[in-house]
Amino acid sequence: MDLLFNIQVWDSTIRLATPLLLACLAGLFSERSGIFDIGLEGKMLAAAFMSAAVAYTSGSVWVGLLAGIGASLALSLLHGLASITFRGNQLISGVAINFLAAGLTVVVAQSWFAQGGRTPQLAGAARFEQIELPFASAVADVPFIGPIYADLISGHTILVYFALLCVPATWWLLYRTRFGLRLRAVGENPAAVDTAGVSVIGLRFSAVMICGVLCGIAGAYLATGLQAGFTKDMTAGRGYIALAALIFAKWRPWYALSATILFGYLQAIALRPDLIESSFGFEIQGQLLDALPFIMTVVILAGFVGKAIPPRAGGEPYVKER
Amino acid sequence: MSDIAPAIELKGISKAFGPVQANKDIAIRVMPGTIHGIIGENGAGKSTLMSILYGFYKADKGEIFIGGKKTVIPDSQAAIAAGIGMVFQHFKLVENFTVLENVILGAEDGAMLRPSLAKARRELKALAEEYGLHVEPDAVIEDIGVGMQQRVEILKALYRRADILILDEPTGVLTPAEADQLFRILERLREEGKTIILITHKLREIMEITDTVSVMRRGEMTATVKTAGTNPAKLAELMVGRKVLLRVDKAPAKVGNKVLEVRDLNITDNKGVHRLKGVSFNVRAGEILGIAGVAGNGQSELLEVLGGYEKATGEIVVNGQKIDLTGRNSDGQSRRARGIAHVPEDRQREGLIMDFFAWENMVFGYHRDPKYQRNRLLMDNAAIKEDAAGKMERFDVRPPDPFLQAKSFSGGNQQKIVLAREMERDPDLLLIGQPTRGVDIGAIEFIHQQIIALRDQGKAILLVSVELEEILSLSDRIAVMFDGKMMGERLPADTDEKELGLMMAGMTKGEAA
Amino acid sequence: MEKMPQWADVVLVPLVSLLLASIISAFVILAIGESPWAALKLMVNGALGSSYGWGYTLYYATNFMFTGLAVAVAFHARMFNIGGEGQAILGGLGVALVCLYIPWPHWSLALIGATLGAALFGAAWALIPAFLQAKRGSHIVITTIMFNFIAAALLNYLLVNQLKAPGMEPATPKFAQATHLPSFQDMFSFGDTVLFRGTPANVAFFVAVLACIAVWVLIWKTRLGYEIRAFGHSESAAKYAGISPTKIIVVSMLISGGLAGMMAVNNVMGEAERLVLNAVEGAGFIGIAVALMGRSHPFGVFLAAILFGFLYQGGAELALWTSIPREMIVVIQALVIMFTGALDNMVRAPLEKAFIAFSKSHAKAEG
Repeated sequence: MDLLFNIQVWDSTIRLATPLLLACLAGLFSERSGIFDIGLEGKMLAAAFMSAAVAYTSGSVWVGLLAGIGASLALSLLHGLASITFRGNQLISGVAINFLAAGLTVVVAQSWFAQGGRTPQLAGAARFEQIELPFASAVADVPFIGPIYADLISGHTILVYFALLCVPATWWLLYRTRFGLRLRAVGENPAAVDTAGVSVIGLRFSAVMICGVLCGIAGAYLATGLQAGFTKDMTAGRGYIALAALIFAKWRPWYALSATILFGYLQAIALRPDLIESSFGFEIQGQLLDALPFIMTVVILAGFVGKAIPPRAGGEPYVKER
Repeated sequence: MSDIAPAIELKGISKAFGPVQANKDIAIRVMPGTIHGIIGENGAGKSTLMSILYGFYKADKGEIFIGGKKTVIPDSQAAIAAGIGMVFQHFKLVENFTVLENVILGAEDGAMLRPSLAKARRELKALAEEYGLHVEPDAVIEDIGVGMQQRVEILKALYRRADILILDEPTGVLTPAEADQLFRILERLREEGKTIILITHKLREIMEITDTVSVMRRGEMTATVKTAGTNPAKLAELMVGRKVLLRVDKAPAKVGNKVLEVRDLNITDNKGVHRLKGVSFNVRAGEILGIAGVAGNGQSELLEVLGGYEKATGEIVVNGQKIDLTGRNSDGQSRRARGIAHVPEDRQREGLIMDFFAWENMVFGYHRDPKYQRNRLLMDNAAIKEDAAGKMERFDVRPPDPFLQAKSFSGGNQQKIVLAREMERDPDLLLIGQPTRGVDIGAIEFIHQQIIALRDQGKAILLVSVELEEILSLSDRIAVMFDGKMMGERLPADTDEKELGLMMAGMTKGEAA
Repeated sequence: MEKMPQWADVVLVPLVSLLLASIISAFVILAIGESPWAALKLMVNGALGSSYGWGYTLYYATNFMFTGLAVAVAFHARMFNIGGEGQAILGGLGVALVCLYIPWPHWSLALIGATLGAALFGAAWALIPAFLQAKRGSHIVITTIMFNFIAAALLNYLLVNQLKAPGMEPATPKFAQATHLPSFQDMFSFGDTVLFRGTPANVAFFVAVLACIAVWVLIWKTRLGYEIRAFGHSESAAKYAGISPTKIIVVSMLISGGLAGMMAVNNVMGEAERLVLNAVEGAGFIGIAVALMGRSHPFGVFLAAILFGFLYQGGAELALWTSIPREMIVVIQALVIMFTGALDNMVRAPLEKAFIAFSKSHAKAEG
């Protein structure tokens, strides 16, 4: 089974799972507060463009990252305005945000760089570098453990490690802090939070903003870590895969890690048809692998494999009533 | 005037919602350490007033004094800070949280949960001992009963150091035993010096537990009196503004064959709770069987089963023919085809489509009737409109305009639309739930007359109402439901409110004596 | 006067939303250094100034009428069918199979056959999400999104393998000549005057208009439509009345999916005359904007579809003659969805206030 024990496959699994994980946790915060967000895709895309554009112009990937987060936050704010302040339809707002990002990134990219809706290639300090963890080269020759540490655990960009740290951090925030208690409460029963004297609007806006920050980092990772620059529609449905992963994870942080690793793995093996063939002895169509996360999510949604129950107040604007 | 400052004093509170004046120039003084009742009919403005006190609504005019100090309450946070706690009619609890988590929500100490939870656990224990409010702190809300949930709400308020506790219709969802326990807790709280405002429309509760009572009618405070110095008849008069109409004029019933026979009806809901426990009864042509009971004792489920949109086991026979209870032919359409008409308890959620025009609502449920079709494909909208105009005329719906949306009519007129639709079908059996809930006095008389008239035409009528008055004045026979069971049947002439009240509380005369 | 008159709700709110979207778009165009006014003129000239422009405008509008109606029908049952894209992809598959494997004697019969095939395949693709919503409570928005991706992968697979014509391109062979639908050029040119030269508008436009009329009859004149609307307004009331939620969810989604699928008659059969990858080009999503803009009324959908047809053709002209890329239209589309769909309350509240103030002052003046 080359597929299971191939370090390169697992290495690219981690790379490909990182944006999914960040976006999935972003969605987790938003949806746990009762705000559905199908605009993860758009926010990632906007962040990917802005981070690449600003990293290219400024020459600093960190400035680029901030700009990416800023772009994503702006869209989050719009989503909050529509779905919290004006109590609009959260799903429709998400759709609009996806299109807004898809359109604006290309229009602005064309206007700024005139390269057919993409940014110039990023190089040097305008990209996130791979970090070599201590002793990576020293232990590389140790059998089994060595390659795992040197090739799999070491050698990713800082955002990868950040994303992985976000999982326990999210769990801790959600289940061990006052903010987390209130956040989970507002997604289940906003009236309980309101009558307890806590602002529903404030909580939901902070959740949506956290969602914006994480989506921003996810997008920046795409354009400045995974790849070297922005290309049109470069998120390629990752926002939706993250959404699928969120359902798969039943809105829980550690499950989110497993789900995004699983979907990242599917993306990773789709890149290696040779390995698939040598493992299974026959070809598996790439299209099947592309569709697999979505098919699996539908199966989960159908409730055949444990039911995914979304936060109870999800999608409903909060209206005070006695 | 005594020199103790009132716990709460309201002066000149007014609040309007659009053209509706919900509160008009309200003044009230609530003394500390008392239980103060506020009584009034549905829509009298009680809940609005308390919502203003709790910062949910902003009053258009007026001042609030708490403990003699003028206080502005822009939101719930301010109300809590002023020492006010509120127990809403519909609980505001997070269902999948534990009791402890619900109690600290919004009143945590610091950003970390652990110390807050530990502190709350200690305090809850102390409160439980002090006031007899025992709950399991680690129980999840959705797993405990409503009585327990209500205790959690009271504990929430006490945990926030509330000195003033407002309870909005607290017994509506409780069994009589639970209500008694609640009253004992309230008395205990009073002994400890808390001030309690009890909002209710039940005279019995006012007489039983309050020290002072204020009466509200149509947004105005009509009187505040010492409970000891008044009696239910006087309060009732203050509440409705004139002598309550106790008996509707009606001729003796001319009873015919059995139209509806119900045998051993059982429902278990998806949480495993038995909602109906072997209910059996029958209704004959030309009579009204009234089903009395506190809300939530299975009456709603009974109506839903008979109306065809709740599954049950057992047997229902209409005009000698058995009815399908679970299969393909168990839905509203097939029930209507059997001559069963149904005025549902909740007209806004069930009986009407609020966004539909009156004419569209006039065929709702009967829209598949051949007489409303132009051909196999199209409905005959012209005929429906004409039909609707006639019904609105005959049932005195105001304004009689079929092109208004249902939501534009008042509660009474909405109810008349539903009644017109169901009664003019000339049904063999009419199911009617809460016929006058949220309906103004004038319309109540009209609706009662219509029900009697239908009975005099020889129809069988099953009346479900939580208003005992209504049951007593309309029914030819009275059955009482309690905890999903039939407690027994009485003839109106052989019984009185006292006996029925006991039965509604799950007791028989013998037990009480 | 408690609220604003219905005509204002139906006409004014979408128009104000459109105006707001236009103003923001104008700022975007300004920001990238072009003149909004010149852009608008270019768009109007390019899309409406000639029969050539109209030929494209109406071609796009035809697509959007189908997808807009699809979304609108689902909206009436209070469901958000975001899966028009996938259903239209499957509709294309239906058209391709009908056109490739049945020897049609005449285009008119082929049109009927292809319409049925498209509707059937589109409806089938909506069936599973509908069923999951009705029976398992799985949110239709999420499942239809998933089905869009699955449809794209499926088509990709089929076009690379089973249905592929010889050559490199993942596409089916050309359909037979007998299935060729008359274009507007064929239909409306007379003598030496050639109208709509080389444009893709074709007879499918009239199928779309018929679909608008059929949906209007369905929603407002039939029992099924009555039940769909009743269910959409209040599920609890629908149950009371004996309207089966399962039936309404499934049937309205089948109709919705069928309508989305029927779009393929225009783009696959009428224009490309073969099935290619990515033939839908986002029209399924534009249906959302069209349905929102048209207030889910078939006549509104008709007008909104033509508006978006104009935007798409105009946008193509912009991309051709200025530095404004086609994606500008996606921005406008996003803004229209935002304002008419999600920020509806923001647009409506001030209008309502204005109307109430106006009617009050009017009443005073009269009284």
